[in-house]
Amino acid sequence: MSGSTRLPVIVTEVVEVNSLIKRFRFVREDGGLMPGFSGGAHTVVEMDDNGTRRLNAYSLMSDPSDSSGYEISVRRDETGRGGSLFMHSGVKPGMKMVISQPVNLFGLDLRAKKHLLIAGGIGITPFIAQMAQLDTLGHKFELHYAMRDRELGAYMKELSARYGDRVHPYYDLEKQAIDLATLLKTQPLGTHLYVCGPKGMIGWVLSTAEKMGWPKGALHSEEFLAPPVGEAFKVELSKSNITVNVGPTQSMLEALEAAGVDAPYLCRGGACGQCECKVNAVEGEILNYDHWLSDEQKAAKSHIMPCVSRFKGERLVIEL
Amino acid sequence: MSLDDAFKDPFFRDESFFGDYTYRNSPHAVNRFPFPFPEDDYMYSVNMEPHVAGRPGSIFEHYFDVDEHYVSEMRDRARVLEQDPLRCQSLPHMTLAGWDLLELIMEKFSEEYPQWFSLTKDGNKWHWVNRPLGIDQKFTFLDESTLPMGPFEYITRQAQGDFTLQDQRDDNLWIEAGMVTSQADWSLDFDIGMNFHEWHAPVPLAHQMGIFDRALKFLLALQYGAPVRRFNWTMTVDPLLDTSPENYHKWGPSKTTMTPETIGKRQHLRVELQTLIRLPRSNAIVFPIRCYLISLDDLVTKPKWARRFHRVIKTVPDELATYKGFIRNKPMILDYLAKYDDGAPTSPGWWPED
Repeated sequence: MSGSTRLPVIVTEVVEVNSLIKRFRFVREDGGLMPGFSGGAHTVVEMDDNGTRRLNAYSLMSDPSDSSGYEISVRRDETGRGGSLFMHSGVKPGMKMVISQPVNLFGLDLRAKKHLLIAGGIGITPFIAQMAQLDTLGHKFELHYAMRDRELGAYMKELSARYGDRVHPYYDLEKQAIDLATLLKTQPLGTHLYVCGPKGMIGWVLSTAEKMGWPKGALHSEEFLAPPVGEAFKVELSKSNITVNVGPTQSMLEALEAAGVDAPYLCRGGACGQCECKVNAVEGEILNYDHWLSDEQKAAKSHIMPCVSRFKGERLVIEL
Repeated sequence: MSLDDAFKDPFFRDESFFGDYTYRNSPHAVNRFPFPFPEDDYMYSVNMEPHVAGRPGSIFEHYFDVDEHYVSEMRDRARVLEQDPLRCQSLPHMTLAGWDLLELIMEKFSEEYPQWFSLTKDGNKWHWVNRPLGIDQKFTFLDESTLPMGPFEYITRQAQGDFTLQDQRDDNLWIEAGMVTSQADWSLDFDIGMNFHEWHAPVPLAHQMGIFDRALKFLLALQYGAPVRRFNWTMTVDPLLDTSPENYHKWGPSKTTMTPETIGKRQHLRVELQTLIRLPRSNAIVFPIRCYLISLDDLVTKPKWARRFHRVIKTVPDELATYKGFIRNKPMILDYLAKYDDGAPTSPGWWPED
């Protein structure tokens, strides 16, 4: 599965949206049309950062019906592992890059009578594509978008111009907050709720909705986790019969790839389940950070997600 | 552009799949028949491989295979739909996926068979010509009111094989649209709205093997641009495409009428080429199930197939022979095939001459 659907592209635009966010546009290197996609899809961007291979997933934010190119927005993270910094400082118009075909783990449920979209910060990007699609399809939707301040409220102006009072901004520094309870109470039956933003916001929105009796199937969220940094550790691969060292700022998946192992992946952020791996032996503590494994699996230490999980202890053997 | 009224390509056979059963495979069609057994025994497996262009002349040469039975199969589909319109259904939220499929089929057909099909686009104003079926249609893409019926029914009345559309949500797949007129004893009207595990519930043995959990996980991650395929197979008496449960009373009893004299002509191996394709706008998965039929008499003209098929049928467990509907005639089929098994080894793979 990994690497089988890569698209060679050229960066045609790098736009500084504000002090933290840059927007990138990709077109196909061979001049052809981009594959169609559905609102909520992401692409994995491959980076060659001076010999270090970095792969980060970013939501597609362009109009799904526009096949001439793809656009993503990247928020600079000074304390991260370097992917967003590379995008900000290393990627220039005219550069050749490789991205994956789109994958959607945050799809619209087209059975919905209405789509209620709740975004926090850079979590706005998948909704920009979804709103374009919903608008074309003539579906009912409403966006509630929380940002730190007007300066960082990327895309607010364009969205208001396009969708008018279907878009509601909230600025933290102006002490504005979403009145979630009222908002959820006043939705028509059959509304689906989508939330994308910081972890705390997603948890707050989903737990509030659940407490108010919203059906689980009507709640959708997406959060890509950046692989966390930690202590270095070793992992033994039972099938490949090698031992791989994982560095403090490297994910296990990246270390496996650097060692020449073709490990499966899709989102690289602990959400899709594709890299799930059996644990053959463990003496120590698995640090699970994913959204995928069940509590039972975590307690049994039977499986691990190499894209985000780390390890602390004597010995870890995985089936790969 | 006006249609050539006199269009008639002798490539397409004029034949029936019911009543007098004039369906036949030409020698060309026998040569390219997708014999689904790469080894001498058979057991379930997920057995997926990438759906990429294969050998020229084979059923894998094109994205969608249009063969000599095309026109007659489409006529048979229209006949079945006239008797039972519920063979084609699409829940309202699947309309976008229907457009996705319409676009895919029109694009692939016109690229790969320009002598028969053409598609021209001016923005969303599209013009589709299907010469074998005499169709010349101008319409607006994504505007249902410009087609004589919904996009899914419109295009699947023009493409061989059954089609189902699966919506993806809640980490599952839901079969919520289908055009099913050439099925191996299952019913769209019964299955529509079910999720992946529900519609596979009747399959024996495979659950214990964990096959469905693995297959579902694989499919949820199916990527756009990377379709996959697999074979399935069963047995059918007479070249009947529509072996639906709704009509079991019409075709089921034919199993009791087989004799050693007629079995070679009437017993058919039914092979399904199943592909799974992620659709772009809807994120749905389309599941085309293309059916190929071959009589035992035609099958045994390939010595490798004859030997191997005998060994496969011999080793199929009774649960499977029952599920696949030929337990009753299994001894007679084995007697027939035994004559063609000289005990020689068979080469790996399913191509007849390799």
